[in-house]
Amino acid sequence: MACTGLQSKFQELDQYIDNLSISDKGSALIPVLHRAQTIFGYLPQDVQAHIAERLDVSTAKVYGVVSFYTFFTMEPRGRFNISVCLGTACFVGGAEAVLQEFEKELKIKSGETTSDFKFSITPVRCVGACSLAPIVMINDKVYPRVKASEVAHILAEYDEM
Amino acid sequence: MSMVQLTINGLPVHAEAGTTILDAAKSIGIKIPSLCYLHLPDVNVVCQGASCRVCLVEIDGRRNLAPSCSTTVVEGMVVKTDTSRAVEARKTMLELMLSNHPHNCLFCKRRESCELKALSAEMGIDELPFQAPVPEEELDLSNFSIVRDTTKCILCRRCETVCTQVQTMGIYSGVQRGFHTRIDTAFHTPMMETACTFCGQCVAVCPTAALTEVDNSAVVFKAVRDPKKTVIVQTAPAVRVALGEELGYPVGTNVTGKMVTALRRLGFDKVVDTDFAADLTIIEEATELIHRIQNNGVLPMMTSCCPAWIKFLEHKYPDMLPNLSTCKSPHEMLGAVIKAYYAEKLKVNLDQLVVVSVMPCLAKKYENNRPELSDGTYADVDIVISTRELAGMIKHSGIQFTNLPEGDFDRPFGESTGASVIFGTTGGVMEAALRTAYETITGEKLEHLEFEEMRGFQGIKTGSVKIGDLKVHVAVAHTLRNARQLMDEIQNGTADYHFIEVMACPGGCIGGGGQPYHHGEMDTLRKRASALYTADEAKVIRRSHENPDITKLYQDYLGEPNGHIAHELLHTHYTRRNKH
Repeated sequence: MACTGLQSKFQELDQYIDNLSISDKGSALIPVLHRAQTIFGYLPQDVQAHIAERLDVSTAKVYGVVSFYTFFTMEPRGRFNISVCLGTACFVGGAEAVLQEFEKELKIKSGETTSDFKFSITPVRCVGACSLAPIVMINDKVYPRVKASEVAHILAEYDEM
Repeated sequence: MSMVQLTINGLPVHAEAGTTILDAAKSIGIKIPSLCYLHLPDVNVVCQGASCRVCLVEIDGRRNLAPSCSTTVVEGMVVKTDTSRAVEARKTMLELMLSNHPHNCLFCKRRESCELKALSAEMGIDELPFQAPVPEEELDLSNFSIVRDTTKCILCRRCETVCTQVQTMGIYSGVQRGFHTRIDTAFHTPMMETACTFCGQCVAVCPTAALTEVDNSAVVFKAVRDPKKTVIVQTAPAVRVALGEELGYPVGTNVTGKMVTALRRLGFDKVVDTDFAADLTIIEEATELIHRIQNNGVLPMMTSCCPAWIKFLEHKYPDMLPNLSTCKSPHEMLGAVIKAYYAEKLKVNLDQLVVVSVMPCLAKKYENNRPELSDGTYADVDIVISTRELAGMIKHSGIQFTNLPEGDFDRPFGESTGASVIFGTTGGVMEAALRTAYETITGEKLEHLEFEEMRGFQGIKTGSVKIGDLKVHVAVAHTLRNARQLMDEIQNGTADYHFIEVMACPGGCIGGGGQPYHHGEMDTLRKRASALYTADEAKVIRRSHENPDITKLYQDYLGEPNGHIAHELLHTHYTRRNKH
């Protein structure tokens, strides 16, 4: 049941917060948001409000932090998150064409998620592997020196998943 | 406190360790421009996020310029505020801030009091080297008290600091980043749907028109110019010692007489005094307190004059609502009495009667819209305007305030005591209540009317008064941070009081969100408070229960304090609300 699933996610988050050794809970906000995004996949309003309550900070502050860091998302993401690096080296190497090809193949815009929640496309800044430019990451898997013509082939890897 | 020696612009300065460079410079007559900085030491208000950077100075041995508002003095420090590097940098910071600020100053609500405009003039900004698109206007008009216009916001974060640090409400936060940064509520929720108490302290400290009050002066003008309407106006205690600041008088001048005349000239049919209703509140509240003490009622009893405090409790400590006195706030009491009793005497139909309250407060604008503060059809009070709005109306009407003759309030709601006038400052309601409670219970006259330990700006004041056989423990708090501390102490059993006064604003109503802007001058709050105590001393009658018009009102209409009619008209109930 979806409801119990959600409940157990909140339980998992609460357990994490309960086990925090940091006495000042306010300074634990970013690690807690990280964990929450791992558990829920994204940070909807009720999760943010829950974290605010548990850490005794205002909901506005939680929202401020979530909206500040591009890493955090308030929209549900797909099971496979495609991060296309648009840092200088990747951009010069043709990353924009790669990004456009993913958008065309999946029929979604950058920053969006497919309706079956399988894929999301996230433009990212330099991932620190410029020698491999242009670089794409799908979840934790790295695709170096990607050409636009390879995009369909890369996506095919995920057909059965 | 240890002292340090430094030089600023070659001049020797002797300053306490921990002082900021900005304050040290001020002490020798050097004004460093500042915008986001705000410091009201007595009431614990400090904004020094150094976000605006218009106070940059050079310090020998330091590579970067330093913000003087948040850099403290050190022994031997050599500071220069007047080098071209420092002056140009400060100017550039301001120019950048102005680059995407709307230029429609002529029509801006803060055109006379804008700190950004004043600073631009002071720093001689004659043209703008940078031009950026002004963000699209998006107003939050969701509530009765506060208007938000983020296009006017310069991201100084004074509002966020005051709301979070001083009031512990945390309604605002900086959200997004870079050019998209704005100060906003959680998830961009309209203010009306948040736990905002509408205390208006964010408005009181906003340097621009990003946060302003909901302006009701046009509605009031319409009512007083309508020959069919009978319009009765009442004024709160704290208004009379602040209004003059906007109209040519020094800070701390009590302008009661001229204010009354000005209100008549504005066209109000009757000018009555909320102070009268403060006396009425004391009679009802002291009676309620005595009843609770003698009948094992819920204690500590807590005052209910401040609507921001009430909303705070409804959201954050709903289990403590039974502790709140059921008394309506004074102006609501007076509104109810006017509509239920006085209207008939005046032979005015309720649909032609308008009650206007002039308040130092923005939360009162929200309060008078609470549905329970009405007889079901007619609100007890129809329109609330702030001290600032009244000053504006007087200016718009060409009334030469300083030349006005003194006027008197209209009876039977014009007589008031010294006890009522001190309602406007923190500790005042407590002192007024103790005067009446003591004399009512013991039947003896108090020799010394002043309860000194209830006076001053200390965050939480406590004391005990021996009334007959009973030692009554009392506490007074101002600002919601201090109120929260008191509530926590009561809930965890570490504090034990009979009676508690809370006012949400720093210093009480004299520092209310609707008062003339204090621009960070602590002296302004001190002088307003002392003007109220002076007014108390000058009164012939200084005990609420000795107000002859109050006695007559009970005889003619209300019957007994806390009696049936009093309960119908003068008391109210509260609502549990969501925590956020």
